[in-house]
Amino acid sequence: MKRWLYPTLLLAALLGLWQILADSGALADVFGVESFLVPSPSEIASSLWDNRSLLAENAWVTLREILLGFGCALVAGIGFAIVLHLSETLRTAFYPLLVGSQAIPILVFAPVLIVLFGYGIGPKLMIVAIICFFPITVNALDGLRSVDADAVKMMRTLDASRWQTFQRVEAPTALPSVFSGAKVAVAVAVIAVVFAEWAGSSSGGLGWLVLQYNNNLRTAEVFATALVLALMAIGLFGLLALAERLVVTWR
Amino acid sequence: MRQDTKMPPDSGANSAVEAPPETPSPPAGAGLSAAGVEHSFGELRTLEQIDVELAPHGVLGLVGPSGCGKSTLLELVCGLREPDAGTIAVGGAGDAAGRLARCAFMPQRDLLLPWYSALDNAALALRNHGAGKAAARRQAAALFERFGLAGFEGSAPNELSGGMRQRVAFLRTLLAGKPLLALDEPFAALDAITRAEMQEWLAGALGEDPRTVVLVSHDVEEALYLSDRVAILSARPARIVAELRAPGPRAADRDAAVTDPAFVAVREEAMKALHEGSR
Repeated sequence: MKRWLYPTLLLAALLGLWQILADSGALADVFGVESFLVPSPSEIASSLWDNRSLLAENAWVTLREILLGFGCALVAGIGFAIVLHLSETLRTAFYPLLVGSQAIPILVFAPVLIVLFGYGIGPKLMIVAIICFFPITVNALDGLRSVDADAVKMMRTLDASRWQTFQRVEAPTALPSVFSGAKVAVAVAVIAVVFAEWAGSSSGGLGWLVLQYNNNLRTAEVFATALVLALMAIGLFGLLALAERLVVTWR
Repeated sequence: MRQDTKMPPDSGANSAVEAPPETPSPPAGAGLSAAGVEHSFGELRTLEQIDVELAPHGVLGLVGPSGCGKSTLLELVCGLREPDAGTIAVGGAGDAAGRLARCAFMPQRDLLLPWYSALDNAALALRNHGAGKAAARRQAAALFERFGLAGFEGSAPNELSGGMRQRVAFLRTLLAGKPLLALDEPFAALDAITRAEMQEWLAGALGEDPRTVVLVSHDVEEALYLSDRVAILSARPARIVAELRAPGPRAADRDAAVTDPAFVAVREEAMKALHEGSR
């Protein structure tokens, strides 16, 4: 009860304070800007309602980009992790590069990808997929590497084939790590997709919409769009957490 | 009561290194024969001149100071490793694949897979052999009652007591249908009372379903009670410093057996050898 009550009360208090400060113009004075540039929670809420069909339409575009990019990264990341797990040579060669590649700010190359591949959905999927690929691959590989060596020996003396050992011991061991990686990936995917749409989009999306609103100084709408993006990230994370609880029943 | 546990090895056991791998004949009984076995991990020498003979359905205890290489020896027997020198043959098969086909390994920790029920854990080898889920479960369930596990078929491993987990782990090893069971300190994680109960239980289980057993233990009493013979290993690099005949292997009444003067005398002898070997 208190677990829910206290944070809810705190949130309500903060929103109330924000509302009062924005209405009185105190917040605008603090920032030294015109008061119409500082939206109050009620203005954001009404903007959310007034623009609901536009937001929904663009949310669908963005959601599709996230899901497709994330899906590609999931398949490729898990596949690559399995290959690296099976081959020590490849693992030794690739692992440092894989970790090192994270120092590259991939989002900086988003405009380049747009130039190379055009303004369609393709380059946006690519950016999301590249960003999601790393946490998925590294976590899946770490999960596979954490398999108990004695359990593998035991499986060998129980006449398990390589595939049976993978299926019955290694894959279930790695599963919680795979979910951890996927949850991290889906959270960063929402940030990545906004950058991808900023880099070049004629096909809409919430990131593109934020840019339009911002250029027109429609700050309430910017906040409303950001709220939708945040809810999308929380929703996707929650779905993965739910799937994990349904699949990983032994924890 | 066993009169002589030192029986001749299987035919051609020592010269079987080149023998092609063959399909194992389930629990028909396979002896173990090791001669001049040496092993090292790089610079670290673990085993030195190990000679062991064990007749089919015999039980050999391996006791030694911790870290002396007992578990390594067990892995060599099971064909999970190859020795640097010397030969090891199980049921006449001297190559690693042949030994692997004849040995089932029960690791120190029970290593029950948490994503399977107790029944599915026990049936693991049957599934590996290609049996369908239902058939494997049926076969394993038939043994649950005999092993005092009836009613716990569907339980998750973490719902079982330590003793029950070990029984499931042993059942899993048994159901692999291998002639030789390699048990690596199977009861080390249990409290003293449960351990004594489990030793008595294992003695009974082996009476009903005899197998060749190599039992690694750090507990002299456990090894002497369960085995026909106990080999005492020295500190690393491990050599066999003494080999003792157990006075009353797997007697029905454990408490009476371990307090018997003959048992106590052999235990003293074993402890002495163990102390000398650890220096």
